[in-house]
Amino acid sequence: MARLDSGGKGALVEIRNLDKKYHRGEEEIDVLRGLNLDVEQGEFIAFMGPSGSGKTTLLNLIGGLDAPSAGSVRIAGEEISALSGRKLAAWRSRHIGFIFQMYNLIPVLTAFQNVQLPLLLTGLSKPERRRHVDDALALVGLSDRTRHYPRQLSGGQEQRVAIARAIVADPTILLCDEPTGDLDRASGDEILDIIGKLSKEFGKTVFLVTHDPVAAKRADTILHLDKGTLLEYAAEKPIASKAEESPR
Amino acid sequence: MKYFHIVFVNLRRKKLRTALTIGSFTVALFLFGVLVTIKTALSSGVDVAGADRLVVRNRISLIMPLPYSYRDVIRQMPNVAEVTFATWFGGYYQDMKNFFPNYAIDTEAYRKVYPEYIIPDADWKAFVEDRQGCIISPPVAKKYGFKIGDRVPLQGTVWTGTWEFNVRAIYDAQREEMITPEFWFQYKYLEEQRPFYKGTVGWYVAKVDDPANAVAVAKTIDDRFSNSPSETKTETEKSFAAGFANQIGNIRLLILSIGSVVFFTLLLVTGNALATAVRERTAEIAVMKTVGFTDASILGLVMAESLTLAAIGGAIGLALAKLFTLSGDPTGGMLSFFYLPTDSLALGFALALAAGAAAGIIPAVGAMRLKIVDALRRV
Repeated sequence: MARLDSGGKGALVEIRNLDKKYHRGEEEIDVLRGLNLDVEQGEFIAFMGPSGSGKTTLLNLIGGLDAPSAGSVRIAGEEISALSGRKLAAWRSRHIGFIFQMYNLIPVLTAFQNVQLPLLLTGLSKPERRRHVDDALALVGLSDRTRHYPRQLSGGQEQRVAIARAIVADPTILLCDEPTGDLDRASGDEILDIIGKLSKEFGKTVFLVTHDPVAAKRADTILHLDKGTLLEYAAEKPIASKAEESPR
Repeated sequence: MKYFHIVFVNLRRKKLRTALTIGSFTVALFLFGVLVTIKTALSSGVDVAGADRLVVRNRISLIMPLPYSYRDVIRQMPNVAEVTFATWFGGYYQDMKNFFPNYAIDTEAYRKVYPEYIIPDADWKAFVEDRQGCIISPPVAKKYGFKIGDRVPLQGTVWTGTWEFNVRAIYDAQREEMITPEFWFQYKYLEEQRPFYKGTVGWYVAKVDDPANAVAVAKTIDDRFSNSPSETKTETEKSFAAGFANQIGNIRLLILSIGSVVFFTLLLVTGNALATAVRERTAEIAVMKTVGFTDASILGLVMAESLTLAAIGGAIGLALAKLFTLSGDPTGGMLSFFYLPTDSLALGFALALAAGAAAGIIPAVGAMRLKIVDALRRV
């Protein structure tokens, strides 16, 4: 269960006194201030808050895409802000899967090739890579779209390919930055179903940034960020996927 | 190898831009190949020049003759092993465009001074015994279909009119560079038929007994004929050939200048194309870094793109240049050894890769340094 204090030990994600400042000219902007958070393996956390509250920045710091100005981020006992660029890249490929609002697929690669991208960095053989990619695409229901290019897919399908790319290397943590922000409600629900399934059935720890309260309700825990501080620790709510609510 | 697919699809995404960039390399390397061929042609005489041969010519100009009487004087000088001579004829076959170097040679000593030319004894004998006999090189035989026994008319330019010859030999040579379009005939025939410049030769070639004596012998010859109506200028065959090549300017500097401008332009064109490509793919590069691609691997992918463009364009350009040179001397005889050597092809390919690396390095470093967060924010 997620905790906002700093007393937890052995949590998968341990954030301590996290500060992040940006400089705009001579002006210093405090994006995150003294943030503490513990998150256990398999938890589904939603971050909500107004634009500029630091949600994406926090996600980037957890994913090792950005470095904190002060404080620490420990994932599975490893202090990631201490890792060098090369080690951080390797660590990210093993532990983190990213899902973006705009999908960010590579347009000249097919769905299969996009999903395979993280596996090129591993020592897996071609048949092994193929098996992993096929499994990931099957999980998101796109086994019949492997040879399609992003331009040949709908927005929802593109996001599903992006999810397959995020999970193909079997990461511990999924970081989802407004994954339904560019989708209609039906497609968004499908994406949230998949993300919920990944958390519930596959034990992935999920961090979801969203402006959408409906999407946030899928999470175990909703955390509100405002002006760089975690203000509110919302009541946990059991994961209830659309599929479970209305089985087809 | 598993990354090459990414390089390949990136090159294919803007086909026109890729084609134009490859085209830039193709044009540049084609030009390089042709320029090197011209340089090789002009300096081929230097490369095959004998260290033990001195060329004696009129001090005023190569086109001014020397008295025939000098032959015996030079022959009797110390350290001179043999002397031969030749005279430029400047004829053409049927049409002015069918020009190839042709000159009258001394039948007594020419073969001794130039042993590297391979002519069967029987053929040489037939040549010597026929006043109108001539010896041709394989390129001339091939181009005009001449064979031994054919009667060949040449139109004279210095001594006008039609001159008839009989092909008595087709020479071979110990080195490929020596097999250039040439046509030799007997000096005696020229001397008998020409109306002016009788009793003169174009230049002498003196073979010294030891290359170490070449400088001293050259000085002796020039001193001997100083203050005479026909003063001489004697130099080693290599210097003579180099001087002949330099008559049309400093070829090396010319080629270097043209080559530098072309390659600099190539760097700008390719660098700009790659920089644009990288800028367009900012978000994709950020995503690749996000999923675990290191800075070094991103650098490598962009560099691989640049080198692939260079390799393809360079290979096509050099292949076209080689094909062009295989079609023969386009000047009709001015560049008799028109050949693009293999080592120059290798040098050209290396230069193309170097240009590709130089053009790619700035965009590649830019991609490498791209901060994921900044790049994603731009999307």
